[in-house]
Amino acid sequence: MNFPILSIILLLPAVGAAIIIAFPWLQLRGIRMVALAFTLVPLALALTLYILWSTGDIGFADLEEKRQWIPSINAFYHLGVDGLSLPMVLLTTLLGSLAVLVSWKVPTRQREYFAWLLVLETGILGVFTSLDLLLFFLFWEVELIPMYMLISIWGTGRREYSAIKFVTYTLLGSALMLTGILALYFSTGSFSMLELANLSSASLTRQVLPLSTIFLLIFAAFAIKLPMFPFHTWLPDAHTDAPTAVSVILAGVLLKMGGYGMIRILVGIFPQQARDFAPLAVALAVVSVLYGAAVTLRQTDLKRLIAYSSVSHMGYVLLGIFALTPTSLTGATLQMFSHGLVTGLLFALVGLVYDKSHERDLRRLGGLARQMPIIAVVFSVAGLASLGLPGTSGFAAEFTTFVGSFTSPNVDDIKIYTLLGMLGIVVTAGYILWMLQRAFYGPPQEKFGDVPDASLLERVPIFTLMVAAVLVGVLPMLLTDVIREAPVIARVGDVLALWPR
Amino acid sequence: MNLYLLSPEISVFGLAIAVILLDLLPVRKGWLAAASVLGLGVPLGFAIALWGDWDNTFAGMLVVDQFSLFFKFLFLGVAALVILASADYVSKFPRFQGEYYALILFAAGGMMLLASTRELISIYIALELTAVSLAALACFLKDVRSTEAALKYIILSAISSAVLLYGMALVFGLSGSTRLEDIAAAVTAGRAWDSPPLLLGIVLLVAGFGFKIASVPFQMWVPDVYEGAPTPIAAYLSVASKAAGFAIVLRVFFSAFGQPETLSLDWGDLFAVLAAITMTLGNVMALPQTNIKRLMGYSSIAHAGYIMVGLASVTLISRDLGQSGVLFYLSAYTFTNLAAFIAIIAISNRVGSDLIADYAGMVRRAPVLALALAFAFISLIGIPPTAGFMAKIYIFNAGIQNDLTWLVIVGVINSVISAYYYLRVIRIMFLAKPVSEEKVPSSPALRLSLTLTTVGVLVVGLVPYPLLRAAEIAVRAFS
Repeated sequence: MNFPILSIILLLPAVGAAIIIAFPWLQLRGIRMVALAFTLVPLALALTLYILWSTGDIGFADLEEKRQWIPSINAFYHLGVDGLSLPMVLLTTLLGSLAVLVSWKVPTRQREYFAWLLVLETGILGVFTSLDLLLFFLFWEVELIPMYMLISIWGTGRREYSAIKFVTYTLLGSALMLTGILALYFSTGSFSMLELANLSSASLTRQVLPLSTIFLLIFAAFAIKLPMFPFHTWLPDAHTDAPTAVSVILAGVLLKMGGYGMIRILVGIFPQQARDFAPLAVALAVVSVLYGAAVTLRQTDLKRLIAYSSVSHMGYVLLGIFALTPTSLTGATLQMFSHGLVTGLLFALVGLVYDKSHERDLRRLGGLARQMPIIAVVFSVAGLASLGLPGTSGFAAEFTTFVGSFTSPNVDDIKIYTLLGMLGIVVTAGYILWMLQRAFYGPPQEKFGDVPDASLLERVPIFTLMVAAVLVGVLPMLLTDVIREAPVIARVGDVLALWPR
Repeated sequence: MNLYLLSPEISVFGLAIAVILLDLLPVRKGWLAAASVLGLGVPLGFAIALWGDWDNTFAGMLVVDQFSLFFKFLFLGVAALVILASADYVSKFPRFQGEYYALILFAAGGMMLLASTRELISIYIALELTAVSLAALACFLKDVRSTEAALKYIILSAISSAVLLYGMALVFGLSGSTRLEDIAAAVTAGRAWDSPPLLLGIVLLVAGFGFKIASVPFQMWVPDVYEGAPTPIAAYLSVASKAAGFAIVLRVFFSAFGQPETLSLDWGDLFAVLAAITMTLGNVMALPQTNIKRLMGYSSIAHAGYIMVGLASVTLISRDLGQSGVLFYLSAYTFTNLAAFIAIIAISNRVGSDLIADYAGMVRRAPVLALALAFAFISLIGIPPTAGFMAKIYIFNAGIQNDLTWLVIVGVINSVISAYYYLRVIRIMFLAKPVSEEKVPSSPALRLSLTLTTVGVLVVGLVPYPLLRAAEIAVRAFS
């Protein structure tokens, strides 16, 4: 039995939450310190794992944990990481600890707030490390309750409406996914993602539902989470009304649960069905990209603008996934990582701008570069990363995705779809530059005269994310070398070749 | 005659009498609850000591096996939690607290006895002992509603007993014995197993036991009695009485009529159809309810339907999945439903109303209670990480393995329907404007019992295996 390092990473935030709740005499300072410590240690562990992994010192077998969980139904407590999940774990732990820093000054009910935030991190980490479908589903649902609380109690605007809308959409998807997972289990008697990999109808012991139906049921849940047009309408509301740190987590890692699930489960278990369904998925991806970008162009609320841009950017992820080539899947994963860094950073910055100026409306903002030069510079770098400027993570990710999907043999007319998708970059450049210009440049305004810049504490998260985004942009192979070795990505071509179209 | 095998039941009855006597002394009434709960440690100790001494007594009428001990632990736990949860509620009838606790203990003793019997006459006696105690408890408030509830309960209970007795008489007439193992021997000997009178007898037994488990067609008492009875007693009825019903159904049907498979498939089909009707009726009728206790009543009918999926799982190769599924579901349901009821008791103690509309904005008036109630409801819907989710997965798996795919599909659709009315209450508690800003405090006893049950729901939802293993060991008594 391996040293349970993944369990430790996974459970530390929850332990932190338990400590915060269990010791009521803990003062605010103590609560913050516990929250920070119990997110920084997982980050340090995840970073160590990542470095050891990329030097080849450890591999899948060294980290895998498998214990009996519910033997009677063949369910295991089965954790493991590969090149696909390791970057996601790293991203989650990074944004988790930065989210604690971002919410340092949360005004009310801090004890509950940090507890929920930590539980949320455990839930997300569980999704990225589970190799058992039942365990995966359990963690998938665990995230829901903290998210609901965080938005509806500490949010702004129509927070209760947004929170319940988020929960309703996700629950609908979950119900469909659970039906799919159970049908899969009843057909095969297994919950193991490894055993079920590359399933074909010949290997079923009993046909409860056709595999394509199961595929669609599970796809629906991930499509809602991603979110894919036309299931995206929960996203702008939830992102806009959530407190800053929660928006960071939501955009940074929560959406990635959808993309990750698609690669791990849909591509991993149902490659044939994924290919059959790819034309529609790719078309919807292009619609998401273009529609998302077009709607973003019209936004005047800074936070809503960033929120809508996620719909567009996650469209690239969908395109990369369903092009079903190793390069496109690597690109999609890199895009998820990059989007996590960049959009997380943008939300953190929007939070700062709003905290200082009490203004989020682009029509009333302007000239803030004079008052907050640091925020303006970081915001500009983040914006350029978001529109895919070479040297930033966005460029590396989008470029890989487009190269991978343009040459995909799995979907007819994929070249046209890819070219259409690339148009999204042009629109992105439009709204990002326009936003930067309207918020930060132009003549300085009288009413923002004494607005301060980011404090030392606030600079830590934004500088960290900016450096990370540039680092990934300059040295994308730090990630791609790991990602493309993931079995589900590396072998997708060989697997699909078993069943010629 | 080995009375030691009966020591848990005897000590419960002794405890009940001791509580009544203690009530005569000039002690503070609070001591009665404490004495009852602590006193339950004695039968618990006997039950633990009995583990492994598999034996029977009174000429095979009573048996100590894994199955009966599983239910003894369950009933002792439920009785303790219900007494804890009543600690505030009893202020509504200050003079009769001793009798109240004693009746709870008598009912618990009756149900423990029921889990141990394997002979038709003693089954009947244990059933009546339980029913009479519970009927007396139902009318404890002595107002119109409460009296009506008790009357309904006792009349319907009498009717179902008559049906049950008629079924028992038929079975006795055909097999010449009231002992379940002799009946089984007679049935498999080929003398009777496909004769119409035996099938009629079985149908009558199903109907008679149906009253206890709140299955169609004897379900109509449930919402009325839950609404009128003291809320802790409604909780007691919903978990303990239901569990006792399922215990005896499992015992009778799998001991006496488990072989040959063709016979078990016959009554399995009957349970399957009843399960589908029961869960659908319970869920659909719960939709328009405005009173939380009536809602819980219909929800309890619906859950009887889900549990009956386990009774319908009768194929020889995988019937143990169905049996252990029933036990596991009952335990998970016990934690969940008690948590929900305890939260409801705590809220209605202060609010003085059972209307769902009065739960508006409860999260601001009593955040812990509202969260606990929401968590229990999530478990009742069957969303992880809760006991209810694991229970549903397990029992639906048993259904699939027993070729009851259609029934499982009905069950899944029903779970979706049920989400609507549970979530409606959650939405009202969390999103509606509170009717008043007054806080709703709760007593230490209620907080303790609520914590125990809620933690139980979460722990069984995360680590279900120990309990599941206990259920699997318990049903080995049938193989």
